[in-house]
Amino acid sequence: MIVQKMIDRVKFTLFSPEMVRKLSSAKITVPDTYNDDSYPIDGGLVDPRMGVIDPGLKCKTCGGKLRSCPGHFAHIELVRPVVHPEFGKVIYFILKSTCHACKRVLISEKQITELAAMIDADIEGEIKHKRANKCPHCGEKVPEVKYLKPTTFSLDKAQLLPTDVRDWLAAIPNSDLKVIGFDPQYARPEWLVISALLVPPVSVRPSITLDTGDRSEDDLTHKLVDIMRINQRLDANINAGAPQLIIEDLWELVQYHVTTYFNNETANIPPARHRSGRPLKTLSQRLKGKEGRFRYNLSGKRVNFSARTVVSPDPMISIDEVGVPPEVAADLTVPIKVNSWNLEKCKQYVSSTEYPKAEYTIRPDGKRIRVTDQARQEILDSLGVGFTIERQLIDGDIVLFNRQPSLHRISIMCHTVKVLPGRTLRINPVVCPPYNADFDGDEMNMHVIQSEEARVEAEYLMKVHNQIISPRHGHPIIKPQEDYVSGAFFLTNDETEYDRAHACQLLAIAGIYQLPAPDRGGKWSGKLLFSLLLPKDLSMTMKSRLGEQIIIKDGVLLSGSIESKSYENEILEKIIHMHGNDAGRRFIDASTKMALEVVTQTGLSVSLANYSLSPEATKKIEEIQDLMRREIDAAVIQYKNKTLERLPGRTLRESLEEKIMGITSKTRDDGGKVVEKNFGLRNTSIIMAKIGARGSLLNAIQMAAMVGQQAVRSKRVTRGYRKRTLPHFRPSDLGAAARGFVASSFRSGLLPTEYFHHAMGGRESLVNTAIRTARSGYMQRRLINALQDMVVMKDLSVRDSRGVVVQFLFGGDAVDPMKAGIKSTAAAPDTERKEETDV
Amino acid sequence: MASKARSVDPGEAVGIIAAQSIGEPGTQMTMRTFHYAGVAEQVPTGLPRLIELVDARKEPKKPLMDVYIKEELSKSEPKVREIAHGLESTLLSSLATIEEDFAQKLIRIAIDEKTISEEQISLDDIKKKIQKLASVSEGEEKNVFVIKPTKTTSLRNIRRLTNKLRSLHIKGIERISRTMIIRNADGTYRIRTGGSNLAAIMKHPSVISEKTYTNDIQEIERVLGVEAARQSLTNELKQVLDMQNLNVDIRHCMLLADAMTMDGKIKSIGRHGLSGEKAGVLARAAFEETIKHLINAAVHAEEDRLIGVTENIIIGQTVPVGTGLVKLKMKM
Repeated sequence: MIVQKMIDRVKFTLFSPEMVRKLSSAKITVPDTYNDDSYPIDGGLVDPRMGVIDPGLKCKTCGGKLRSCPGHFAHIELVRPVVHPEFGKVIYFILKSTCHACKRVLISEKQITELAAMIDADIEGEIKHKRANKCPHCGEKVPEVKYLKPTTFSLDKAQLLPTDVRDWLAAIPNSDLKVIGFDPQYARPEWLVISALLVPPVSVRPSITLDTGDRSEDDLTHKLVDIMRINQRLDANINAGAPQLIIEDLWELVQYHVTTYFNNETANIPPARHRSGRPLKTLSQRLKGKEGRFRYNLSGKRVNFSARTVVSPDPMISIDEVGVPPEVAADLTVPIKVNSWNLEKCKQYVSSTEYPKAEYTIRPDGKRIRVTDQARQEILDSLGVGFTIERQLIDGDIVLFNRQPSLHRISIMCHTVKVLPGRTLRINPVVCPPYNADFDGDEMNMHVIQSEEARVEAEYLMKVHNQIISPRHGHPIIKPQEDYVSGAFFLTNDETEYDRAHACQLLAIAGIYQLPAPDRGGKWSGKLLFSLLLPKDLSMTMKSRLGEQIIIKDGVLLSGSIESKSYENEILEKIIHMHGNDAGRRFIDASTKMALEVVTQTGLSVSLANYSLSPEATKKIEEIQDLMRREIDAAVIQYKNKTLERLPGRTLRESLEEKIMGITSKTRDDGGKVVEKNFGLRNTSIIMAKIGARGSLLNAIQMAAMVGQQAVRSKRVTRGYRKRTLPHFRPSDLGAAARGFVASSFRSGLLPTEYFHHAMGGRESLVNTAIRTARSGYMQRRLINALQDMVVMKDLSVRDSRGVVVQFLFGGDAVDPMKAGIKSTAAAPDTERKEETDV
Repeated sequence: MASKARSVDPGEAVGIIAAQSIGEPGTQMTMRTFHYAGVAEQVPTGLPRLIELVDARKEPKKPLMDVYIKEELSKSEPKVREIAHGLESTLLSSLATIEEDFAQKLIRIAIDEKTISEEQISLDDIKKKIQKLASVSEGEEKNVFVIKPTKTTSLRNIRRLTNKLRSLHIKGIERISRTMIIRNADGTYRIRTGGSNLAAIMKHPSVISEKTYTNDIQEIERVLGVEAARQSLTNELKQVLDMQNLNVDIRHCMLLADAMTMDGKIKSIGRHGLSGEKAGVLARAAFEETIKHLINAAVHAEEDRLIGVTENIIIGQTVPVGTGLVKLKMKM
């Protein structure tokens, strides 16, 4: 796309009544919309000169039809002017700072020149402070101006009518206006009093036809009808010479309608309501807030060429692919520019009548033609360089993939299409962490890129393999987790070895087709097979979560079993720093496939037996709990005798609670030791917890031994009845069970009282989660809004959109957090697409 | 300067990345408060503290300080305890019972002589302090002061004066409500205080002023200036995230701190701070207080030069960030 014209600036100004009349295509004279034949009334609020919304009618101003006419403004001539309610404050400020007699600003000439010379003068404040009791220009005493929100002004208790206000404002000289920050060329203050009201075109307030055939007008139209009706009545009363009181009442009513027309949430004004009692949505309400024009339609726009369905996992596709259902692929199109190299291919698409076919062609003159059976031959004959065809989505196309909430940039990444059977979008589970996706019904969005520039940018900047390292901390965010970790652990265990058939299978699934020499007397060790996935020049040592030393030398895993820390982070990170992002992708793709095959063959599951303690262990747990109860009872007795040691700065009661919390948490920890010892490293649940694949030791403890102390607001449960949490306990019982200690395990089941206490703690965490999401969401919106314009310039300084320097050197050292892990002495990682030589 | 391999790319939208890097983990943070035994309960950590920092509140919810004592004294616990006790602010209300007599329009202050002898304060000292607020006439007994406001003083003003007297600072350092002793890793002791008064603590002769810590950023700005405030803002942000085991690169925190302090004073993130002072009318209108910004723009005939991100999204043009920053003209 070649940009030829750009909007350089937008200026905000006020409309003068003359300007309104000039802009207007029609003067509204009738307070009505449609006549009995449901035809728009001339001079009514849907006058056809304003444009049309009914199909078949033509706009009387531009001759355009429904789609082609953009709509034209009209105006209402108010018999008596009214104050624009949103500018009430501004008018008040001007009235307050000018003299009622000579209409000059209430500061002396000397001060005016001084203020004008100041760069950053706080004019409002200056006038408030320096305002004299006597006008410095004409010497007249200054009476007090009062402002009754939103539209009433009074001078020395006498009400100022809008006409008075207008005349006052009109008499202020231009030079004085400049002093108080007005630009009289664009914003004369008397324009703030409306005498000609601009009426937006019908297309802004379309009516809808109900099923019954009745028309339902837009809220704005309703409001405009109200204004017109009262305006006419006012006119009739003035002409009939009605008493001043009646005229002023009607005038005020016009003011009310105009006020609510602009903002139906004006303070001190009852909102105008629809017949049904619902408050009307008028101009302000249309713009404001999350669902308003700005945030809903301007900052976020609806798009075409997008798809959304449920996502499901597919570990066999690459991490930068996305599985697309055939139905979706057939519905979305990609524009292809026809050139001499792809002409034949394009012709094939156009001539095809099934799946990869062209849906539309666009001629060089911009005319779009649908490829139909009738038109096909003709299009085929004319098709040549300079045409564009829109063909269906095929394998290898570039799309953007997104899951809401889009909290960070890796919530939208670029994937390559792979059309696969099924009705879900499929992703490799390894890319779940950046999207924060799971497969319990999550839906995701896919966007097909429509321009060549965007496609290139997406591929270079947003492709999944370029996002493996998170810009947040410089470590992998796209990483194999859970079963992949278990698989890698089983694979690289010291005992693991495979016969020829198994070894071949594991290598083949990872895309390695050459079998190395066996290293264990005719058998292949798992470590050897894993080593084949590593780059030849990778050497590193690290300590594993199990305390082993993992040693990799020249791409060979010498000792240690791979667990989450080494797999997810260190090895992957090092490969990327040494060989670039694409090597990282290949490592993930190959190693996860191998690991997955290993867990699938080994089998990894949990059962009730995993959480059944031996009788001895159960007894031990009971002993531990008995000990705890005795300790707590002793502490409670000490507390009641006031012999308990007081902690510094705490009351006796707080000291007791502190002590008991310590005892209960120690009890659970002790229980944990029993569980760990009893289950040992053969228990799958414990294995997974230890290698960091899934779950924690705490989960196992809670299921096998005891759930432990329940807390509300980080304290033992105290709420419920007077002096007790539940009627099952004696009042003032401070013992373990009475205050929320759950001694049962999830496996054995909870007692009713324990169940209640557990539910209390559970509810608190649910409530907290809900609050936290809302609070952190708003904080992030503010953060983004405040920092979004800050960009690294060519000199590596950070500046905002005005060009103000925020940092002279980004982060003080200009290091990209994403690349911070790269050794500074090393050369740039080799980002070329270089296929690793097979082993 | 960073080597080329590690350098940022010009055009990189580091602002947005920083905002996302700090904001995204917000959902994973706890809302729990932290308990510093004996000094302050419910010190916000996690998300509430992060919001507090970003809001640039006038005073943190629970201000506290860490005071390091000069080497020779810091090894002895009793000495440190003595210093700590001296720091604690003593208010008149804790030394005396203050009663107001609305019928006779007077305030009676009965000093507890036992307490003041323990605290080593003389009656005269107290009298002098009270006299700064109101004239004192001696009561029936030696330890009773009576304040007789003029007959015309309204009852409300008497109540106001009583409240002032109650919170009258007599001894120690103002705003330091509690102290406690913490043993450092090297065996020395430091003092943690509830309440913060950086200027006064730093002047204390036994205190290592340059090691003194407070969590009140606004106070750091007042006492030590923006540069110090910027640094401590960075530290606090990083510390809050670290405490939640969230790994966020320090550069993101630095950018946020720099943005908040770039004008020489601390500005909050939000409509009253950075966002409210942005250049573009459209950008401000799209954030919050839409109508207000449009109205003011019209009155002052403001011009939006469309230099920001939001403005260009609104009108549908390329955003001046990243590849959108590069302009290219081709001779055809």
